[in-house]
Amino acid sequence: MTTRAQTESPLLLAPGTIAPGRARPALPLRREGPEKLTGLAKYADDLVFPGAWYGVTIRSTEPHARLRGIDLDPSFDWSKVVVVTAEDIPGDNVVSLIQDDQPVLVPLGGEIQHQAEPVCLLAAPDRGLLRLAKRHVALRTERLPATFDPLLSDHEFAHFELAKGDIEAGLAAADIVIEGEYRVGHQEQLYIENQAMIAVPRPDGGIEIHGSMQCPYYIHGALKRALNLTDAQAVVIQAETGGGFGGKEEYPSIIALHAALLAQRVGKPVRMIYDRHEDISATTKRHPAWIRHRTGVTRDGQLVAQDIEVVMDGGAYVTLTPVVLSRGTIHAAGPYECPNVRIRGRAMRTNTPPNGAFRGFGAPQTEFAAETQVNRVAERLHLSPLALRRRWVYREGGVTPTGQVLRESVAGLEVLEAAAQASEYEGVAAHTRKAREQRGADARTARGIGLALAWHGAGFTGSGEVHLASIASIELTSDGEIRILTASTEMGQGTKTIFPQLVAEALGVDIDAVEIAPQDTSIVPDSGPTVASRTAMVVGGLLIKAAQRMKAQVEEATGGSFAGTHRSYAMAHGSLRVDEQFTPYPGVQFDDATYTGDAYPCFGWAAAVAEVEIDLDTGEVSVTDVVSADEIGRVIHQVLAEGQVEGGSLQAVGYATIEELKLVDGRYQNDRLATYLIPTAMDAPRITSLLLEHLYSGAPHGAKGVGELPMDVVAPAVVAAIHDATGHWIADLPATSERVLAALTGSTPPPPPGISSERPA
Amino acid sequence: MTYRLTVNGVAAEVEAPGMRRLLDVLREDLGLTGTKEGCGEGECGACSVLLDGAVVDACLVPLCQADGGAVETVEGLGMGGGLNALQAAFLETGGAQCGICTPGMLIAGEAFLASGAAPTEAAVREAIAGNLCRCTGYTKIIDAIVLAAERQAGQPESRA
Repeated sequence: MTTRAQTESPLLLAPGTIAPGRARPALPLRREGPEKLTGLAKYADDLVFPGAWYGVTIRSTEPHARLRGIDLDPSFDWSKVVVVTAEDIPGDNVVSLIQDDQPVLVPLGGEIQHQAEPVCLLAAPDRGLLRLAKRHVALRTERLPATFDPLLSDHEFAHFELAKGDIEAGLAAADIVIEGEYRVGHQEQLYIENQAMIAVPRPDGGIEIHGSMQCPYYIHGALKRALNLTDAQAVVIQAETGGGFGGKEEYPSIIALHAALLAQRVGKPVRMIYDRHEDISATTKRHPAWIRHRTGVTRDGQLVAQDIEVVMDGGAYVTLTPVVLSRGTIHAAGPYECPNVRIRGRAMRTNTPPNGAFRGFGAPQTEFAAETQVNRVAERLHLSPLALRRRWVYREGGVTPTGQVLRESVAGLEVLEAAAQASEYEGVAAHTRKAREQRGADARTARGIGLALAWHGAGFTGSGEVHLASIASIELTSDGEIRILTASTEMGQGTKTIFPQLVAEALGVDIDAVEIAPQDTSIVPDSGPTVASRTAMVVGGLLIKAAQRMKAQVEEATGGSFAGTHRSYAMAHGSLRVDEQFTPYPGVQFDDATYTGDAYPCFGWAAAVAEVEIDLDTGEVSVTDVVSADEIGRVIHQVLAEGQVEGGSLQAVGYATIEELKLVDGRYQNDRLATYLIPTAMDAPRITSLLLEHLYSGAPHGAKGVGELPMDVVAPAVVAAIHDATGHWIADLPATSERVLAALTGSTPPPPPGISSERPA
Repeated sequence: MTYRLTVNGVAAEVEAPGMRRLLDVLREDLGLTGTKEGCGEGECGACSVLLDGAVVDACLVPLCQADGGAVETVEGLGMGGGLNALQAAFLETGGAQCGICTPGMLIAGEAFLASGAAPTEAAVREAIAGNLCRCTGYTKIIDAIVLAAERQAGQPESRA
């Protein structure tokens, strides 16, 4: 089969330019943009439900304890307050996800596993009374010993071991073995809209949920399980969602369950809107990780062995940790061909709030370590990091640590060259090196430039998509309207714009003729979660196939074009709905038992060059420029795709430099926006996004996904730039001014990120 | 207490405690939910409104301090129907993604346009420094404000 990927050279789109010889229709504007720009868009907290009560969660204040009692102060008037405990849960007391270890509420006699664990729920008709009531609840507990360091934990959530070639023989054949240890801490998603859910009792005894979410069907499943509801009794409707980044993948289920339990007892709608403090204290974070590399190379710079160990901190419950660990492990060696690889990954329980999904999903942690390691190897071999990567990066036909043969759409070398060229990497690097060599003792600032490369598997890992068996549908209504039915949510990334674009193109109609049904589980099928950069590739692909089938069916019946005849078809035949269910991509096979085969149908590729200026007196790092080249398969919408790269790059700059959660006794200390800082417009670098296309032949449109790639690549580029400026490698993320200053002055660095100290000092 | 203020050019009378947050007055008493709450402590700027022409965080302003004042919110932009110049520029450049910071960004952007300052990148960055965005990396927000400023000044657009 001849594909566009094989016959056309890749397209490089510089910002604001139009590619030669490839005229594209003008890009549609963001579908829901006008509502967002006029304040009309309704986010969860904007929805009005007359007579609604307010709900609040009573949480543990200890990291590990046995719950002996919940004491309601008898001097307080409880007649206008509803209290819900574990005993009131009609179904199973579990937050249904991968494992059944996390309770909706800790039962009496049960174990509290972390500081922010929900123990009981209160609801009241007004917020003042609720605040007052909250102060009159006391938990009786018996403290148990807590574990905070994943390396010391004896409770394993998951492990994976990947092996290619013979690691011992590879290390023995190496002239030089370079060792490195890296540590990364938590990161908060920090969507600007806090978590928010409203539960409304239904006349049939069920519950309707309105809220901020990525995955309506996760909540649907969790409600059915814990509240003993039928499919029809559990209805989940997405409100406009103010950012997710993974933070609204699994956590919303807990809030929805809490609101639903209260609403069932009150018999009225109950609002649970977290404030920022509760949101940061209690919700999931990016997994902290410890990563150790042993890299074997020959004197002339051949890569012969990579021995990698990854330990992730899962927090108190399993949530999505095995899947995060799996992706982190598979990506841990970086996009490099190596004959002998061993990667051992494990995830451990600690008594800290559970860690969960966050853009990149395990890969940013392990790719930071992999890229920093490659940069250190280049330094040791006296080779340019660019030259070394040119030699090592996967080419077509490359074989990954799971034994996957990279058959097509392999663009590591191209993104590397594109980023290096656009940033004038070699020229700037020569300049900064000279400046460093000539720098006097009185220098106040230093500039540096750094490079990194990354890959990101598109869609769910392994047989994940097969298990999901997603459905996406298109409906031609009896009025002749065209409607897209999917559970894929819009949270800013552009789902509601690209879906009509793809469907309109496949049907040959105007984009404005294509509507999107609301993300309401009573209306749309389960098209899987809106995660893993899978929406454009997987669900978008299903929609194109559905549209092609619909077009063929209508055109066969009418003998005319779909655009010209679909209305008359609907008039004559009534409505028509086409459901398209996922089928495996051609030739893609994965063996769950041995963890070998095609871990992903294909990969996206990214290279980033970062420039920094460092204050030598304070150690403060300013990232001044980022050039990112991302190969993402078909670029469906250039402006939206650039938006993903720019936003992801800045999130990665925050991860690299300032975003750190400090813990004492298993509790986040800086759990407010005044203390957990994210980059402002003044901190943000100029970001230049270059998009490259190598179409993936397995998807009808050739798209591969863009959301997570930029998150993987920018942090190691920043750390390389810090090294270029100062001569010091920062192995612990974030590279805060304290860590940089410690490196500059040789003083004791702050403790490793992500690990709680036992007790307040 | 009764407080009188002008909201988006319309006189409003609010019966509420003087220390009630202007944010709650707007969102709950007046039903203007376009102004968002992101942190409740003046860090994120999602609740930015104009009070007598100055950008303020509505979560930090008690109602009594707004008494007699003129408040402008996102709902007041482009009141003639449709989008005003800045809103249109945001839509064109991709300055709004999830949209939750957008109302506050627009308010900060309007104040910048009203200041008549030259729309250099540095000046625009400073003008929106009090408004956090987690989606865009700020690039396309800055593009939008520069574009609107250039159109306002009748200059040729620097962005193709």
